[in-house]
Amino acid sequence: MATENLVYERPEAFTEMPTHYCPGCTHGVAHRLVAEVLEEMGVVNKTIGVAPVGCAVFAYNYFDTDFVEAPHGRAPAMATGIKRVLPDRVVFTYQGDGDLASIGMGEIVHAAARGENITVIFINNANYGMTGGQMAPTTLPGMKTTSSPNGRDVETQGYPIKMSEMLSTLEGTGYCVRRSLHDPKNIRLAKKAIRTAFETQVRGLGFAMVELLSTCPTNWGMTPVNSLKFVEEHMIPAFPLGDYKISDAIKQIKI
Amino acid sequence: MAVKGWIEVSDTYCKGCELCISACPQGVMELDMARLTPKGYHPAHTFKEGCTGCAICAIVCPDAAITVFRETTKAVPVPA
Ligand SMILES: Cc1ncc(C[n+]2csc(CCOP(=O)(O)OP(=O)(O)O)c2C)c(N)n1
Ligand code: SF4
Ligand code: SF4
Ligand code: SF4
Ligand SMILES: [Mg+2]
Repeated sequence: MATENLVYERPEAFTEMPTHYCPGCTHGVAHRLVAEVLEEMGVVNKTIGVAPVGCAVFAYNYFDTDFVEAPHGRAPAMATGIKRVLPDRVVFTYQGDGDLASIGMGEIVHAAARGENITVIFINNANYGMTGGQMAPTTLPGMKTTSSPNGRDVETQGYPIKMSEMLSTLEGTGYCVRRSLHDPKNIRLAKKAIRTAFETQVRGLGFAMVELLSTCPTNWGMTPVNSLKFVEEHMIPAFPLGDYKISDAIKQIKI
Repeated sequence: MAVKGWIEVSDTYCKGCELCISACPQGVMELDMARLTPKGYHPAHTFKEGCTGCAICAIVCPDAAITVFRETTKAVPVPA
């Protein structure tokens, strides 16, 4: 006789609270992957998250872990303090591109340079989502935002900053990769990278960051489905997916 | 015979974003235009047979709204 078998259910590392994210925003997918990884590693009860300023400002409501809220861009500095005082905890920051690559550029670079043993989840959605879609350091050339209404002009506003490439040059960086959330295959690869980034920390192998190309349907003015196509057709060419740094010790990790 | 699966979509979490619908390899999902969630979204549902329980819809769902089941011929161990 046929019997039923559960294939997938909402992660237990989530609280019951529905998120405030816009419909179809892949911040939610990134949250889910982090929750699944923490649960699979059995570290939910010893994890401390550091929430950013940006759309993920309420992340502390959604994960059933301890959480603190950092001033804009300062999550890596707070995570540094927490991890140094409580080295047995799993400490991660969750930051947008405005938070990490604009106002928080100094903090992330120095946390990586010092080889802080923390995990950084970096959501690159090519704009400041929370405040209404302004240009970010990651905005694509020619991309229209509320503060670049004629499209980003690289002559006066520069080219997008590639954080994974930059941070991979630092000695303290152990693991630094870019993934995308635009289809099931890439979501699976992103989850594996997030797992490796947390395993890096658990083994004390240095600074780990996963950059995730993510959507902002609301400020991009697109449906959620078309936003995924935009990531594939326009963001990936500007921000190539790949492994920018994996130290030899981290390459030995078997998941 | 194809594997038989089924899904449950939570009214608490679904925001009608349609990402699951465009990702479902069997094309068995749509928004239920006859219903609204308490938040005012038309939730996703399966509208015909053919779900295999592949969980692709759950993998793309940004709101962890989908639970996936699959029929199996093996007896499932009952937790003690
Ligand atoms: C010190 C300070 N400066 C500016 C702001 C306004 N502000 C809030 S969120 C944000 C940018 C958020 O963009 P991002 O980090 O890319 O996150 P997203 O919303 O896109 O996920 C800014 C500039 C602030 N809250 N605090
Ligand atoms: S504004 Fe953009 S990034 Fe923020 S929740 Fe909405 S879609 Fe997501
Ligand atoms: S992907 Fe999730 S939130 Fe979006 S319509 Fe499907 S079930 Fe609802
Ligand atoms: S489990 Fe697979 S076949 Fe069933 S509804 Fe979801 S995506 Fe479609
Ligand atoms: Mg952003």
